[in-house]
Amino acid sequence: MFSSDDDDTLTREGGVARRGLLKCMAWAGTGVVWTMAGGVASSALLGQAQAATRKTAGLTFVQISDTHIGFDKAANPDTMATLGAAIDHIRAMPTKPAFLLHTGDISHLSKADEFDAADQALKAIGVPIFRTPGEHDTLDEGHGKLFLDRFGAGTKGDGWYSFDHGGVHFVALVNVVNLQPDGRGSLGADQIAWLRDDVAHLSSSTPIVVFAHMPLWDLYGPWGWGTIDADQALASLRRFGSVTVLNGHIHQVIEKVEGNVSFHTARSTAYPQPAPGTAPSPGPLKVPAEQLRSVLGVRELTWKPGQGPLALVDTSLAQPV
Amino acid sequence: MSFKALAAALMLAAIAGGPALAATPKTATVHISMFAFSPKPLVVAPGTTVTWVNDDEEAHSVVSDTRVFHSAAMDTKDHYSFTFTTAGDYPYHCGLHPNMVAKVTVKP
Repeated sequence: MFSSDDDDTLTREGGVARRGLLKCMAWAGTGVVWTMAGGVASSALLGQAQAATRKTAGLTFVQISDTHIGFDKAANPDTMATLGAAIDHIRAMPTKPAFLLHTGDISHLSKADEFDAADQALKAIGVPIFRTPGEHDTLDEGHGKLFLDRFGAGTKGDGWYSFDHGGVHFVALVNVVNLQPDGRGSLGADQIAWLRDDVAHLSSSTPIVVFAHMPLWDLYGPWGWGTIDADQALASLRRFGSVTVLNGHIHQVIEKVEGNVSFHTARSTAYPQPAPGTAPSPGPLKVPAEQLRSVLGVRELTWKPGQGPLALVDTSLAQPV
Repeated sequence: MSFKALAAALMLAAIAGGPALAATPKTATVHISMFAFSPKPLVVAPGTTVTWVNDDEEAHSVVSDTRVFHSAAMDTKDHYSFTFTTAGDYPYHCGLHPNMVAKVTVKP
């Protein structure tokens, strides 16, 4: 199944590349940009110059969440097919993302073959993947050991880490290992102390992106949609001019802005969940089959220096690729 | 012995009646539905095997608050059984959704 999907996509990408080449040829001779560097003049085709500008100014990446590979019940009997549709959307984006952030619940039951299937499909996009586990990824006897064995190289504690890319500081937090009696997630003192040290050396003008599975604010208490000690973690980030918090877990987009911190949950690629309090329980929401893809989706994020906060675009899987 | 086989044995024993009934293993079932255990408080006699069945589309688990028993994650229609031999209160919760709580009370 994967190989035939890959072939289709490769063919389509090849087609785009050929059309791009024809465009450049049409511009040759008319759209030439001259630049001076070290006293030596050089020229570039207009299209190439624009491409070069795009490449250096800013960063585009993708958030994908709650793929729940292994789930096959009425709310979505084929989660591999909808993940495939999400991947088609990502591959068709005008700007190839620098990388993917997966905000957890990669698998439904933390089984090796579920992780394998998700990984094989996502790797076909051909960009790095950064992950943080959901509670469905830590159901093995070792409470997340399987996830860490696969994806935890170079991480600390239960799998938290940070990295810098294109002028943005990214922080992956883990809030699903020690779930609280009220159902909320928790970070724990060690992770909060690590985060404080991790960002201590950064200038307050550095854009920060934090990603974790469960919402890092109290979104809906009766369903445990929150993280008990998120405020302590966010205290280390209040001085920064732009903080973007990305979460999954609730399979729908809900957003909130609090000072310089904006919070965004994401759609799943597997199945929707009810809006807070609109159903007796937060279980998988069954929608008519023809409507399913309109409530699933992926998110593209773009950052450009000097242009304020990150721009987010949520795309449903029902939109044409 | 599977839950179905146990149930069948129990029914046969009930039909047969008499002394055979006393020797039959005692069983009880807790259903997990709409993110809740039912019955939520369950009272059983010592020696009773309690079977939990997940009727939800979401996965759940059964975890003793005092670490006496715990299941793996249960997919839809999966079940887990534990036999209670000692009298007492056994509060438990779902490992994925700890706000789902219930209790088994064992008394002679």
